[in-house]
Amino acid sequence: MLRLEKRPVPSRAWTVATPVLAVLLTMVAGGVMFQLLGKDPFVAIRTIFWDPVFGEFAWYFRGQLLVKAGPLILIAVGLSMGFRAGIWNIGAEGQYIIGAICGAAVGLAFYPLEAWFIFPLMVIAGGLGGWAWAMIPALLKTRFRTNEILVSLLLVYVAEQLLAAMALGRLRNPEGGGFPGSRNLSQYPSAANLELIPGTGMHWGVVAAFVAVIFGYILLQRHVLGYQIRLAGQAPRAARFGGVNPNRLVVFCLGLSGALAGLAGMFEVAGPAGQISIDFNSGYGFTAIIVAFLGRLDPLGILLAGLLMALTYIGGENAQSNLGLPSAAIQAFQGMLLFFLLALDLLSNFRVRLATRKVKT
Amino acid sequence: MDLSAIDPLVLLASLMVAATPILLAATGELVVEKSGVLNLGVEGMMITGAICGLAVAVETGSPALGFLGAALGGAVISLIFAVLTQVFLANQVATGLALTLFGLGFSALLGQGYIGVKPPPTGQVPIPGLSEIPVLGRVVFSHDLIVYLSLILVALVWAVLKYTRAGLILRAVGENHGAAHALGYKVVRIRVLAIMFGGALAGLGGAYLSLVRVPQWTEGMTAGAGWIALAIVVFASWKPWRIILGAYLFGGITVLQLNLQAAGVKVPVEYLSMSPYLITILVLVIMSSGRSRAALNAPAALGQTFHASS
Repeated sequence: MLRLEKRPVPSRAWTVATPVLAVLLTMVAGGVMFQLLGKDPFVAIRTIFWDPVFGEFAWYFRGQLLVKAGPLILIAVGLSMGFRAGIWNIGAEGQYIIGAICGAAVGLAFYPLEAWFIFPLMVIAGGLGGWAWAMIPALLKTRFRTNEILVSLLLVYVAEQLLAAMALGRLRNPEGGGFPGSRNLSQYPSAANLELIPGTGMHWGVVAAFVAVIFGYILLQRHVLGYQIRLAGQAPRAARFGGVNPNRLVVFCLGLSGALAGLAGMFEVAGPAGQISIDFNSGYGFTAIIVAFLGRLDPLGILLAGLLMALTYIGGENAQSNLGLPSAAIQAFQGMLLFFLLALDLLSNFRVRLATRKVKT
Repeated sequence: MDLSAIDPLVLLASLMVAATPILLAATGELVVEKSGVLNLGVEGMMITGAICGLAVAVETGSPALGFLGAALGGAVISLIFAVLTQVFLANQVATGLALTLFGLGFSALLGQGYIGVKPPPTGQVPIPGLSEIPVLGRVVFSHDLIVYLSLILVALVWAVLKYTRAGLILRAVGENHGAAHALGYKVVRIRVLAIMFGGALAGLGGAYLSLVRVPQWTEGMTAGAGWIALAIVVFASWKPWRIILGAYLFGGITVLQLNLQAAGVKVPVEYLSMSPYLITILVLVIMSSGRSRAALNAPAALGQTFHASS
């Protein structure tokens, strides 16, 4: 029989190795799934993971990689702080939507004025919007001890309805012929979040994502708040005796992740998406949860995980158009990745020993 | 706006229909949480049940087999959660989320060929005698079998938890897994069974959406019903009878806002559609702010990983 022995400290080697192993196992299991769907598994895996970066049209897809990875990384860095401290914000999708609405609303309010200060104001509005939306579960948690998991998630559905109301109502393009959806912000120079270096996909949101990674790293490794977050996650009792205020951590972690998700939404609506529309949100807030775990809740890991997950998005779209692979297959594929990751985590927390059967006395 | 178009009797009758999916899922989750496991994957299991039920019902032409298939589908997918949390000792919150994300993708994959397909109708079975009672008969006793089954299941769960040895053991495992283990109870096995029961009921609830309530398949059709079921377990402070109250309260709000939409109230549709979620949050806040009772009744080992270090 196999026996599990708890490690005093999680194994470093396994912590790094498990995401790689999980990706490989997901490729195998995904290959089986693609086979069952009647597609050649090797061609499908190559289309998803290889062709976007090294294939014929890689010059185009490499740029797309940053466009997709930007919001994922930005949201995941924020989420990882809370997840470390045992504070579960799973409503990033809602905060992302509200950030986009607030950012776009500020931009549209100035239309058609051209001025340098419009875009910075939109950035502030987007961040504040996401922050405020995340403050709802934070305050309910600290004030009434309401479960933040359920509240933050339920607020996603509220935000989606609000998005529809805005796209059909207040923010609708008055010159749009009655169609739902706002004016296109990417055609409004003062509010547009355009590519900074043509062809790279690098826009201000991607820059913000890189900055978030750096600040996240410094916060966790060098700042007392980062220390408190890690302590609260690993030893909640010790943290309380050590004078860590749990309410302050809740407000900080939820606020930070909300603000970053709001920023991601704002950069998306002003750039790649261009407008507020009913189906503006595309699930980045949920995928970012997988990214955070795949990156081991570590900012640098999240950077790599975000790029990998962006790859599955782009590769998935290619597989959809070239091989007829349904888009849902990619969603299932991403879910599977998280399953394997969680299962393999056993190896970093426990030692697997072969138990020799002892003679009963 | 014409509020007189809303017939209160029809409203009450459709309330029961609207509440049934959540009632089923919440009853299952209550048993899971009573065994000390927090499964946040209710949404994923419900949507898997929805497509499994619809697919089986369409292929066989029998809604009864469809519901059976949905329960089976929900139980099988919950097994992933059971293995990860009970054998691989993974974090329950993260695994539950993964189950929801996976379930949403997986169900969309299964449902490709079934978009827009109408399932065979599930017949209403008025209870002889009782359904002829003037008002009550039409409201309460003229539904399909699943509505009755959901109420019977609540009663059964209540009776088993309160009066039987099996129920006592389940609660013991949920309150203190270490002590239960020391007494020789198989903590992991009991929890796996509880998780599968929860999965089966969530699957049934999902199938009720796709076979009766809507009735057809659309991607993501559960629209947060699984999360509301989780909230209702908290609202019920882990007491079976209160689940009915919570589910019917929620069903009432859903039906009322749909009727208000149809009656053409001057509030935009989107704001009315928000109301069930907002009210669920409000109810959660009220329950948790009276912090003593709701918090005290939560199973003590809820969400904790069990590892027998012998």
